[in-house]
Amino acid sequence: MTLDVESVRKEFPILSRVIDAMVEFTEHSYAPINRSSYRIAGEATDAYEGARRAIARFVNAPSPDEVIFTKNATESLNLVARSWGATNLGPGDPVVLTAMEHHANIVPWHMLAAERGIELRWIPLTPDGQLDLTDLDRLLDGAKVLSFTAMSNVLGTLPPVAELCAAAHDAGALAVVDACQFVPHNETDVQAWGADLVAFSSHKMCGPSGIGMLWGRMELLDAMPPFLGGGNMIDTVTFDGFTTAPVPAKYEAGTPPIVEAVGLHAAVDFLDDLGMDAVRQHEKQLTRYALDTLNERFGDQITIYGPDDVDVRGGVISFSFRDLHPHDVSQVLDQHNVCVRAGHHCAKPLMSVLGVHATTRASLYLYNDTDDVDSLADALEGATDIFGV
Amino acid sequence: MPGLEDLYREIILDHYRTPRNRGELETPPAVRSDGHNPLCGDEITVYLLTEGEGDAAIVDDIKIAGQGCSISQSSASMMSQAVIGKSVGEAKALIRRFKTLMSIEGVEERPGDADVVLGDLEALQGVVKFPVRIKCAVLGWNTLAQALEQTAH
Repeated sequence: MTLDVESVRKEFPILSRVIDAMVEFTEHSYAPINRSSYRIAGEATDAYEGARRAIARFVNAPSPDEVIFTKNATESLNLVARSWGATNLGPGDPVVLTAMEHHANIVPWHMLAAERGIELRWIPLTPDGQLDLTDLDRLLDGAKVLSFTAMSNVLGTLPPVAELCAAAHDAGALAVVDACQFVPHNETDVQAWGADLVAFSSHKMCGPSGIGMLWGRMELLDAMPPFLGGGNMIDTVTFDGFTTAPVPAKYEAGTPPIVEAVGLHAAVDFLDDLGMDAVRQHEKQLTRYALDTLNERFGDQITIYGPDDVDVRGGVISFSFRDLHPHDVSQVLDQHNVCVRAGHHCAKPLMSVLGVHATTRASLYLYNDTDDVDSLADALEGATDIFGV
Repeated sequence: MPGLEDLYREIILDHYRTPRNRGELETPPAVRSDGHNPLCGDEITVYLLTEGEGDAAIVDDIKIAGQGCSISQSSASMMSQAVIGKSVGEAKALIRRFKTLMSIEGVEERPGDADVVLGDLEALQGVVKFPVRIKCAVLGWNTLAQALEQTAH
């Protein structure tokens, strides 16, 4: 299946069917879930649970009950660190991360290190921005957790997720995957990965902000203590204590992002219809075109970070352009209606490995085509005119 | 959309390419203050050497270190030229005046502030048309304000 980019583009800049679904739901079925017995409350519950089933199918989870809705992927990873970490990690216990993690998969572990004295270990990078797995066995020796990104939000690197999950399990460690960047751009199969816990987010996959997901193996989710306490997550409450509801409600305290779940469901259906394999193939071709175009037009004036092989990278392209600061580059690009992220991308440790304070990052997705890449390159030429470098 | 020529005025680019008063001062006798924008990663360090007491003290020397975009670096460079040789009281008035120019809310203006001459700093006025860049322009000035606080203690 190939992607019909022309027709995809007609639905953007914001996926209109997501907005339509949220408006329709808000106008006709807006009610709290899992409590009241009136008709629209039932419709709301059905819609919310329908979104959960769609997400489960989308990432090939064995059961929708293993999908927990959170606020975002950051909250999902904090849930893992707080809930699993609080019961399973103590002083000196090693947790293995990689040098290309987003702050969301670093700071929660730093917090546990400060509170409980866990030891953080880091998988280094090769010069072209892939994981250097040479010392993996030594790093995993005695480790309790391996938590890593399935796709770098800076370099686009796609690490060997299944291989890493297997290595973690061989070492007796929990395999946690930050799939926030991966899920929107690739076909995801949490069972084929052999992962234990997987975090991802709606806003990166054409859905609304304010809702994220954590998938986990049921036996783990059953055993872990709850994260946040309140309504919806209890079985019963007395003056003396409480018991928890079954998973997933156990991890969904308070009123959840119901309207956002409905919007996300529409986004997932959209992606499903396109086929994630087609999305990935499109992005591979486009990334190849972008890397070649930028290198050919700017030569040694541009430094592109991450692997050059599109089999092991996705379409986020971070670069340094001449000696211009990324904020100035992005300001010029904005003038040409090219929107890029400039900064540290919530990956400051990785920036230090790259030897820069910030990069400019162009992010390609299913709605982009080669004309967009040419526009990016043309706009970069404009920076030369202004700064005279 | 405002044009880039409003933002990247020639004098600003000149200070970006050739920053003035770049370097460090020995501490003590100078004081050092570090400022950064956590969301974008820009960093400015101000070294300040003053002579005298209170607001009447004179800024004998100032050096700027750090890294960041053309706006943060050129603004700090222009700031260093503007305050050298001025009294601490005049430097504080200039900070208030500049922050008012940048449309920063909550600046407590004092009598006489309106008479403070901005000179070349007026070139940074165009930054206001690009609200996300205001924090770049103000970074050095907030760092200078911290340094002035230190000299008071």
